[in-house]
Amino acid sequence: MKNIALVAYLDIRESLRAKWFYVYAFVFGGLMGLFFISGITDSVVMGFTGLSRLLLVFMQVTIIILPIFILITTVKSIAGDRESNVLEYMLSFPVSLKEYYWGKLLGRFATVFFPVIVALLVGVVWGLGKGGEMPWGMIFLYSALIFALCTLFLGIAFFISTLVKSHDVALGLSFTVWIVLLAFIDVALIGLMMQNRVSDELILTLAMLNPLEAFRIGAIALFDPELTVIGPVAYYLLDTLGHTLLMLYAVLYPVVLGIVFALLGFWAFKKRDLL
Amino acid sequence: MTAIVEAKNVVKTFMGVRVLDDVSLRIDPGQKVAMVGPNGAGKTTLVRSLLGFYHIDGGTIRVAGHDPIKSRTDVLREVSFIPQLPPPVRLSVSELLTFIERSTGTPQARIVAQAEAMELDIQGHRHKPFFKLSGGMKQKLLIAIALARRSRLFVFDEPTANLDPAAREHFYRLLSSLDYEHATIFITHRVEEIEGLANRKVTMDLGKVVEDETL
Repeated sequence: MKNIALVAYLDIRESLRAKWFYVYAFVFGGLMGLFFISGITDSVVMGFTGLSRLLLVFMQVTIIILPIFILITTVKSIAGDRESNVLEYMLSFPVSLKEYYWGKLLGRFATVFFPVIVALLVGVVWGLGKGGEMPWGMIFLYSALIFALCTLFLGIAFFISTLVKSHDVALGLSFTVWIVLLAFIDVALIGLMMQNRVSDELILTLAMLNPLEAFRIGAIALFDPELTVIGPVAYYLLDTLGHTLLMLYAVLYPVVLGIVFALLGFWAFKKRDLL
Repeated sequence: MTAIVEAKNVVKTFMGVRVLDDVSLRIDPGQKVAMVGPNGAGKTTLVRSLLGFYHIDGGTIRVAGHDPIKSRTDVLREVSFIPQLPPPVRLSVSELLTFIERSTGTPQARIVAQAEAMELDIQGHRHKPFFKLSGGMKQKLLIAIALARRSRLFVFDEPTANLDPAAREHFYRLLSSLDYEHATIFITHRVEEIEGLANRKVTMDLGKVVEDETL
């Protein structure tokens, strides 16, 4: 298993030189910069002010950008490695499939997780500079939520990459996953509910199964314990689970789902032709 | 004598097409096999099956006594592989050498020495990404890595495609000077390219071994 760390380290080194990483870091760093310039910390909307508003907006934007970045860059590099025969060469050395797969996943996790966390921390420092208090609970929860989101979408990306051999199909599938999960947060479910064609229970279940919904509920629950601004699904969950279990669901459900997809991806990696 | 490669009745199918059709092949230490045949003959599929990249649909394969799927790392410890075209590996030369040293136990100094014998100065390019080296340099480095590993089986897929005549000569000389028992598979379209290096020619066509002769 000594090669897991080696593969992870080399993947990090490789990513740090890649253009996608600079774009990725620039987007999240730039977002924070944009928030500072636009004075979000000084505005008041629906009771959210200062640092909490800044971080809440950051998380709301993260929910849109982070999944698609992780999905596209990961499937692009892995499917690309297969198509350009890099995978063939690297796997012609005595590194086990377990070491290669999990090493790549760990390395990729580090490169997608840390830029977002650093941007979050920069926002906190800025907020403190503006006179706010150190929001330990918020930092802890948001770090956990970002961890969960990274785990989930890396798991899905590795699963897609091992299942689909064509680079183009993998990209198309990534977009589809992203759009479906985003659409099911609001648009599709509200549409279904308004049409009254399916039961409310089914709509609630679909919403609860959507890991992005879990992320969004978790992000807002800290400020709005009644979840009055987020809608019926969150309210139902809060009513059924209570606050603590709801937060656990928001963090653990995406993590578990991500691990399940990563394991399924590894199973496919081992059991199918590698090239 | 224990065979380095022993393939028996190997079948591999892609989307209903038998790409390897009941292929049997034994390669012993000391044999230098030129594997020839037209495109689509099954040469690359057979080699990829030997290296554990493909799960075969029938038959058995043993490389150095191991199953390439069940004991993948045991097989790959015994095999050096050079692809036809150098892949665009994004690691720097230094990182690639670190990967090889740690995964195979081959000291970097030995790779550097082999590269120098190929008239390739690695030191000046250690921090460059591998894919940014010229085609000839990449191929020389891949050859240096393969030879430095001192494997029991070498698999070369058109190894001299990117080399100028002088570099080809270096390669042939280094290959001939290996002083331990090993076997080699050269995948090639033109057997004259490796004249003098091969002592056996295996011809494949439509997924079958159609000719096997000693040279």
